[in-house]
Amino acid sequence: MRAMEYRGPYKVRVTEKEIPRIEHPNDAIVRVTMAAICGSDLHLYHGMMPDTRVGSTFGHEFVGIVEQVGPSVQHLRPGQRVMVPFNVYCGSCFFCARGLYSNCHNVNPNATAVGGIYGYSHTCGGYDGGQAEFVRVPFADVGPGVIPDDISDEDALLMTDALSTGYFGAQLADIAQGDTVIVFGAGPVGLFAARSAWFMGAGRVIVVDHLDHRLQAARDFALAETVHFGEVDDVVLHLKRLTGGLGADRVVEAVGAEADGGLLQHIAGAKLKLQGGSPVALNWAIDSVRKGGTVAVVGAYGPVPAAIKFGDAVNKGLTLRMNQAPVKRQWPRLMEHIRAGHFRPSELLTHRFPLEHIAEGYHVFSSKLDDIIKPVIVPTAA
Amino acid sequence: MPYTATRPVPAPTPDELRSRVPGWGADLDPADRPAVPRERHDLESGAHWLEPEQQPELTPRERSIEHERLTPVFGTAQPPKGLSGALKRLAYARFSEGRNAHWLLLVASDRVDAIESHLASLVTARPDEPLTQSGVRAELTHHGWRSRVGRGRVDVKHAWLDPVIVAGPWVLAGALAVAATRVALRR
Repeated sequence: MRAMEYRGPYKVRVTEKEIPRIEHPNDAIVRVTMAAICGSDLHLYHGMMPDTRVGSTFGHEFVGIVEQVGPSVQHLRPGQRVMVPFNVYCGSCFFCARGLYSNCHNVNPNATAVGGIYGYSHTCGGYDGGQAEFVRVPFADVGPGVIPDDISDEDALLMTDALSTGYFGAQLADIAQGDTVIVFGAGPVGLFAARSAWFMGAGRVIVVDHLDHRLQAARDFALAETVHFGEVDDVVLHLKRLTGGLGADRVVEAVGAEADGGLLQHIAGAKLKLQGGSPVALNWAIDSVRKGGTVAVVGAYGPVPAAIKFGDAVNKGLTLRMNQAPVKRQWPRLMEHIRAGHFRPSELLTHRFPLEHIAEGYHVFSSKLDDIIKPVIVPTAA
Repeated sequence: MPYTATRPVPAPTPDELRSRVPGWGADLDPADRPAVPRERHDLESGAHWLEPEQQPELTPRERSIEHERLTPVFGTAQPPKGLSGALKRLAYARFSEGRNAHWLLLVASDRVDAIESHLASLVTARPDEPLTQSGVRAELTHHGWRSRVGRGRVDVKHAWLDPVIVAGPWVLAGALAVAATRVALRR
């Protein structure tokens, strides 16, 4: 089969790999019809995530058709159109039994601090991902869901991570009616978090970024106020002024390890990999939320320590909430929002790349060319 | 502005917000939020086992020493190999996830893996091609200049670092190779 292959930092190609096989009785093999590149894939692409091996196939956002199922699979059958959450999880361990599907203890031998994620380094379990024609899907009775007829592949694809994570981020923020919410990052996750903040009853939503086309999407899609942090002298001061000097009630950090806006932090974290990411946006979040407020973090960071302003968080009495999204828990409610016409998630899909052009796809997304927001990868066999 | 008990910038009324934002307040009640409460015991995961069957370990599988056993399911892609593999095995066998040495060894092993793999590709029918693999061709097809210039992008200020990071190791390796060849020829 044809598959994306990581060849070292900033380098990927398409290669020929063996079609994955059933390795566990509850595995399925899915023929991928559509995949996406996630902003967090760029952390792998840039060589930031420990134990990202040359030869890996990335991709934790994908939908497809069930090709084959293992002997113990009861809920899926070949031919079904399925969406697969980015989490690999067993559904039965201590954590899964509590609904913490992103924290499963039974799927990642390489680390206890993180669950399993498709195509996301050996630190996340060593699974090849979905930017390929076929992918192995463990625990087929637990993770994948059959896509309802009235849900498009595009909307389903976004529900496998970006949409679910953004919606989850807004929930983590504990938004109450009338709250002012700041969202750092106008990528797909931030835009979905901002749009979701209104569902929770926000009174104001302010999105912060430095890419003008994404700030336009924040205004048009997320119906938010926007701040271009490159156009203000001091973004924290600016946000304090916008919120009457107190700061926002809730902040969602949807940027993660490659945050810009502080050159020293960016070079140390994102370029030289001397810390587990550049915590510029996280520190701005801590500084711009009000005392007693909540900071919800859905941006992705590496496991190496990073320079966080923890003292300010303590002194302000903040609640810091974070996790990888337990994706499948979000689906029923998100589908209700889509069916009710509250929004159309696929509006954020701006680019399509054939799998054969994967290197260009990564470069365009990484360099934020051509007003890109979210790229879709279409495998050859789809 | 005096510091008082009221919110300094009042929020619009719910009616105003409903008229402006489709779906405003649909999840106002926390009971409608699927991730609330965070831990729930009443969810149906689909698992029809108390403990999953064990995936066969066909080749030795490295694992965090914090795990008391090999997890029932695991990825089998890219088993460790070469010097990078030895470093990875050491990181997993010797240091817990709480030790910086664990992660720094893994980061170092990734750099070694990249070098090993590039060198190994040179003796295959399909050697690495840094230029095409970087996707830089898209600069011409996807408005590289127009996307960056005059747009107020903060990242443009340090964009010069990217080619240094991508090409730097190759240039360094080339320079070392030339130097080594010269030394060999002198002898």
